[in-house]
Amino acid sequence: MTSHLVTIDDVDMRYGGPGGTLAVSGLTLHVDKGEFTAVVGPSGCGKSTLMKLVTGLYIPQVGAITVAGKEVTEPVSIVGMAFQNPTLLPWRTTLDNILLPLEIVQKHRRRLRANKAEYVEKAEHLLETVGLKGFGDKFPWQLSGGMQQRANLCRALIHEPDLLMLDEPFGALDAFTREELWCVIRDLHHETDVTIQLVTHDLREAVFLADRIFVMSARPGRIIDTHSVPFERPRDLEIMYTPEFTDLVHDLRGQIAQARTEQLEAAQ
Amino acid sequence: MRAPTDSKSAERVAASLQTPAKPFPWIKAAPWLYTIALFAIWEGSVHLFALPQYVLPAPSVILGAIIQYWPTIWTNSVQTLYTTLVGFAMAVAGGLALGLLVGWSRFIYAGLYPLMIGFNAIPKVAVVPILVIWFGIGDVPAILTAFLIAFFPIVVNVATGLATIEPEMEDVLRALGAKKMDVMLKVGIPRSMPYFFGSLKIAITLAFVGSVISETIAANSGLGHMMLAAQSQFNVPLVFAGLIMLAIEGIAMYALMAWIEQRTTGWAHRSGMAQGN
Repeated sequence: MTSHLVTIDDVDMRYGGPGGTLAVSGLTLHVDKGEFTAVVGPSGCGKSTLMKLVTGLYIPQVGAITVAGKEVTEPVSIVGMAFQNPTLLPWRTTLDNILLPLEIVQKHRRRLRANKAEYVEKAEHLLETVGLKGFGDKFPWQLSGGMQQRANLCRALIHEPDLLMLDEPFGALDAFTREELWCVIRDLHHETDVTIQLVTHDLREAVFLADRIFVMSARPGRIIDTHSVPFERPRDLEIMYTPEFTDLVHDLRGQIAQARTEQLEAAQ
Repeated sequence: MRAPTDSKSAERVAASLQTPAKPFPWIKAAPWLYTIALFAIWEGSVHLFALPQYVLPAPSVILGAIIQYWPTIWTNSVQTLYTTLVGFAMAVAGGLALGLLVGWSRFIYAGLYPLMIGFNAIPKVAVVPILVIWFGIGDVPAILTAFLIAFFPIVVNVATGLATIEPEMEDVLRALGAKKMDVMLKVGIPRSMPYFFGSLKIAITLAFVGSVISETIAANSGLGHMMLAAQSQFNVPLVFAGLIMLAIEGIAMYALMAWIEQRTTGWAHRSGMAQGN
């Protein structure tokens, strides 16, 4: 069992007390170390709840979540998070924004002042990796949306998390910028041994990036299917125009559409 | 087809090489122009309609009164400025502290907010007699009235800044093991600073209102007291001289607060700065 980085075992999560909304129910999945997984599903299926459960922001009422061999009972600091909204702090330069997690994580905050140069160098290296070399001293609002999202990724990675959780990180970007950032993420995953879990609405994004894709049902969310993505790595953007790729996207779409229909029928 | 385009682009180059005559800075001059116009119209109307001095003195007469009574006006202006600034300083300290407290916890927010609304709804002029009973006539009621009236906008603004932290930002930090204190220090407090400095501009002008109210009711000095005394002697130009001094002090303090705001939280006014780049 210890080979899994994340294990979610038959988890129920209900908001707002006993009579509240059941967001996920009977949720079971596991993620291996170094794996790239994606979670897709109809809107409101509890994808974001899943993310908050894994990071320890919520503790489930039923079932158990284990991350890196320890049951989650409080926020786990080995996780980096990035959301659709880059939430960079406008009063800090891009570099200082990226260094922010180091001021929080216990392991780093004690060393930060004495080893500032070392950390700055690391941040500069990350900036270079995502194609933002030389932009560290700019303020976030001087950057475009795509650049802000790149900086957001750097911030999620600066404390060398074992697990990177991405919640629709590219949802607000234009198609070309999105593709560029897919490649950035792909290369990051290739170069490091970080485990990535991506929550997304974009099925092509899921198929292009992930090793395995979990399909969630409508609320209360659970996993209704798991697809292994057969394409060789490293993947080129061109694979999106192959029939195999399109078929997989089509299958996923069908499953989600069906989950939506069932939800609508249940509501009637 | 080529020739006309060429000549056109040549024209354009020539036009861009010409140094245009520097236009008169209308926007920058506007405050002065409008002020001068106001006083000019005022002066003109007084003469045109032959208004008696005890109804509306002309600006020139007011200026005369300012010069004639300058030592008195100066002493009382300094007195009013003193009580206003002390009250304002207390409002800043107290407002910032209470704002942080209220923004910190929903429990405190829910409990204190109705109380503060109720308290703010009380006309401060009604509080002055109570202050006089407690502290006697003099500086203290003026300072406290300035404090009470300037306090509220600061609390509300600081609390608003804290209450509007993006939930995603909080999630990102809490997932890293951040405590409430970390979130406040790293995000909440810096975030509320533009609201805080913005509220100072409102608070300082309200503080003047507070101290003058108190001075007109219960004081032996200050511009409010001076104007009341001048009014009882039908010295209307001196009453207006007091008003003008109050306006000048108010504008000066407002400008100071605006300058502090610009210096400390320039990042919050980024649209203007981005254009400057």
